[in-house]
Amino acid sequence: MTDDHLILNCQNVVMDYDGFKALNNCNFSVHYNELRVVIGPNGAGKTTLLDVICGKTKPTSGKVLFGNGINLVGKNAEDITKLGVGRKFQAPSIYANLSVWQNLDLSVKRASKGVFPTLMGRSTPAERERIDETLETIGLTEHVHDRAGSLSHGQKQWLEIGMVILQDPSLLLVDEPVAGMSDKETEQTGQLLTKLSGKQAIVVIEHDMDFVRQIANIVTVLAEGTVVCEGTVETVQADEHVRAIYLGRAKVAH
Amino acid sequence: MPEPVVTHQNSRETLSFYVAGFVLLVLLPVLNVLPNEDSWLYLSDFRLNQFGKFLCFAILALGLDLIWGYCGVLSMGQGVFFGFGAYCMGMYLALQIGKESVYGSELPDFMVWTQVKELPFFWYPFKSFAGALLGAILVPVLFATIFGLLAFRSRIKGVYFAIITQALAFAAWLVFNRNETRLGGTNGLTDFKQLLGYRLSDPSTQRWLYIMTVLALGAAYLFCRWIVASRAGKVLIAIRDSESRVTFSGYTPWMFKLFVFVVAAGLAGLSGMLYVPQVGIITPAQIGVLPSLEVVIWVAVGGRGTLIGAILGAVAVNYGRSVLTNYFPEAWPFILGGLFVIVVTMFPDGLLGMIRKLTERKKTPAPLIKAEGSTAA
Repeated sequence: MTDDHLILNCQNVVMDYDGFKALNNCNFSVHYNELRVVIGPNGAGKTTLLDVICGKTKPTSGKVLFGNGINLVGKNAEDITKLGVGRKFQAPSIYANLSVWQNLDLSVKRASKGVFPTLMGRSTPAERERIDETLETIGLTEHVHDRAGSLSHGQKQWLEIGMVILQDPSLLLVDEPVAGMSDKETEQTGQLLTKLSGKQAIVVIEHDMDFVRQIANIVTVLAEGTVVCEGTVETVQADEHVRAIYLGRAKVAH
Repeated sequence: MPEPVVTHQNSRETLSFYVAGFVLLVLLPVLNVLPNEDSWLYLSDFRLNQFGKFLCFAILALGLDLIWGYCGVLSMGQGVFFGFGAYCMGMYLALQIGKESVYGSELPDFMVWTQVKELPFFWYPFKSFAGALLGAILVPVLFATIFGLLAFRSRIKGVYFAIITQALAFAAWLVFNRNETRLGGTNGLTDFKQLLGYRLSDPSTQRWLYIMTVLALGAAYLFCRWIVASRAGKVLIAIRDSESRVTFSGYTPWMFKLFVFVVAAGLAGLSGMLYVPQVGIITPAQIGVLPSLEVVIWVAVGGRGTLIGAILGAVAVNYGRSVLTNYFPEAWPFILGGLFVIVVTMFPDGLLGMIRKLTERKKTPAPLIKAEGSTAA
């Protein structure tokens, strides 16, 4: 069963860690070019969901259908990356000892990333132009030759988003992008993500409700490994069930 | 579009390459040949030969620097690959002794006293010089390919890889020590007489060997520099910085690790091959755990992650050894160990890092890795 409008369709995904079900029959789908925010209390399985989609962990059971119905379960991370799923990790994961430019250059999507093509490869003018555009998008043009390790926390997060964009993903997974950012940086990150949505589907995990309100159209609430509610920010915030989960007063009845 | 960055380090590195090339390739041999023997300018045959040995070690250090300094994978078994190269050349030289041997037999002496009547089959390729040259590079390369495939594909990393390579060095030492291996046991291979018809005892033969070593080191350096400057070189640093991100950028880290490991093994083989005719002996004591560890110390002392640092470290530590063992023969292991501890704790960028810090105090302090240039070119 595939829906033409869905880029991602997770069906009955279970991730069982020795009896603890981090994901419990999770059904989660995302439309093409949509910006979706996933919220939920600690331990709800948000990061695990992203890990399963991008191939970092293999689920116990269930399907993860991507694009034209390719099942991502069982594929390794490199192949899933090549299919068009980009992952931005929670802690900035960049190459500290390379320059900003080099970080981006390594990330550009290329036909082959084997040892010998990489050894011989030179960036084409088209690739350089794309890197320049990306630099502008993420606001790091001035820092192009800086060592990535010397950037501020917020700039590192943007750099990593830039690295993921250059892989041309049709689905971008972003894990808590604004944790540890200043208010100004948070707002800029929101603008960045809004600008990017529309070109590709984006799934953002976030805790900061102000930020969620800034960027989200549709919010998915995850608790105890299952989707409990989906809708606009207002609907979700008005939902009794969701309030109960956040206040820890009720068990999820599923 | 960002302009290609030509850091002044890069141009300075090119300049030092030419200066070092001139000194090593022209000046030292000339000082060995031209001045009168009592002149203070005169460089003795012994010193030139000794320098040749240090430069062999520098080739070995370059390989370790690629895999450890750049890619962050510590190999404590480089002595094994050095040994493969050295023994391949040693076997050829041993067969070249011919009837000049102590027992007057065509077979190497050790075979006579261990009662081997016929040349073992694996010695046959080393009757020819070409076989020795090929073997000295190909044997370590093939061995490293197989070993690396097994280790890197099963994602053995960090300290586990270091321990496994150390075990490899120990195993190799045990195997080469056995008489049954037919490689001369504990005594190794020695008493060589000639190479391609030239007497090894002749100073001019040694001078040519020295020149060959300088050329080999220059070629090895340029080759490593080409790798390091390429995009693959950046992937190596990226693997060291954040291996999981490399995977999510679409690269397969183990393939890059295997590649540099094999290159490092080939360089070690080249180093061993040049070492044997200049030193005149190869024994298992030169290829085991301790010699492999020493390579790590040279690179740490010189400066990890810079090619010049590796060369500098190999030459400086070995020169220090030759001077200090004259005065305090017993104390050398302690000096070496102490040097390692001091460098690792106080000067993580090694000698080269210290020099750069001192010369660039007034300019912007640049971390070493950044100084390697930019792929924006």
